[in-house]
Amino acid sequence: MDNPRLHASSAPRASALSANKVLRNTYALLSATLIFSALMAMVSTILNVGHGTSLACSVAALLLVWFVLPRTANSAAGIGVVFAFTGLLGFGLGPILNHYLNMAYGSEVIATSMGGTAIIFLGLSAYALITQRDFSFLGGFLFAGLIVVLLASLAGIFLNMPGLWLAINAAVILIFSGFILFDTSRIINGGVTNYIIATTSIYLSIYNIFIALLHLLGFASND
Amino acid sequence: MDWLKLGYAALVIGLIIFIFPAVKYWQKNSPKAKLDDWLAFLLPIGLVSILVIGLIWLI
Repeated sequence: MDNPRLHASSAPRASALSANKVLRNTYALLSATLIFSALMAMVSTILNVGHGTSLACSVAALLLVWFVLPRTANSAAGIGVVFAFTGLLGFGLGPILNHYLNMAYGSEVIATSMGGTAIIFLGLSAYALITQRDFSFLGGFLFAGLIVVLLASLAGIFLNMPGLWLAINAAVILIFSGFILFDTSRIINGGVTNYIIATTSIYLSIYNIFIALLHLLGFASND
Repeated sequence: MDWLKLGYAALVIGLIIFIFPAVKYWQKNSPKAKLDDWLAFLLPIGLVSILVIGLIWLI
């Protein structure tokens, strides 16, 4: 016999179970890609790759996430694409890491940036998970902020203004912190059901927070 | 003009074009927030700011 009460109570439970599965898969893939990305960064640091290679890696990563990931996100091939994407971005970190490693307290700056990024990511994820609040209202605000930061970065490439870069890096940390809340709450609330897409979004937030923190701390340590 | 600067500028322009559809989508479809939603957002962001200032002060 069809029992409507059973359906009414089991639908949200099934949705919660599905969200938990996406969250678990996202964190598992995120852990693996972060380790892989760190290994690639180590390799490029040892090989002492130049800024041209770093730029080529970033362009290739953008092309992958733009044209290949949407076509493969629903298949096992998507996992390979995420590893390629995160590996390329990790490899592209070589020149930046070498720059800081050649500074007097460079290794401390890198370690502090890594620790700070980990605290920000774990803290914000825990906050979104514990409160279970829907942060999807942030979408318009965060994407508009990101466009402003990208336009400011475009100006910053041609204008030699250290103050502008400091402001951009501070804004990047705050905007991508907001994206961690936004992405995590979308997974919890069923807005994202594909863990490959979710991993890519959260990885990008962690990557950008790490680089921005590295630049801010590098500047603070008299770089 | 440094070709590397032009390359980075092209990358940033590519990123802007890439995220533009998402910007348009979320501008239209973002749910309206209440005051307590913004407060729930500003609390952790404030803590992140304090952490970053603390790290800058420590280094």
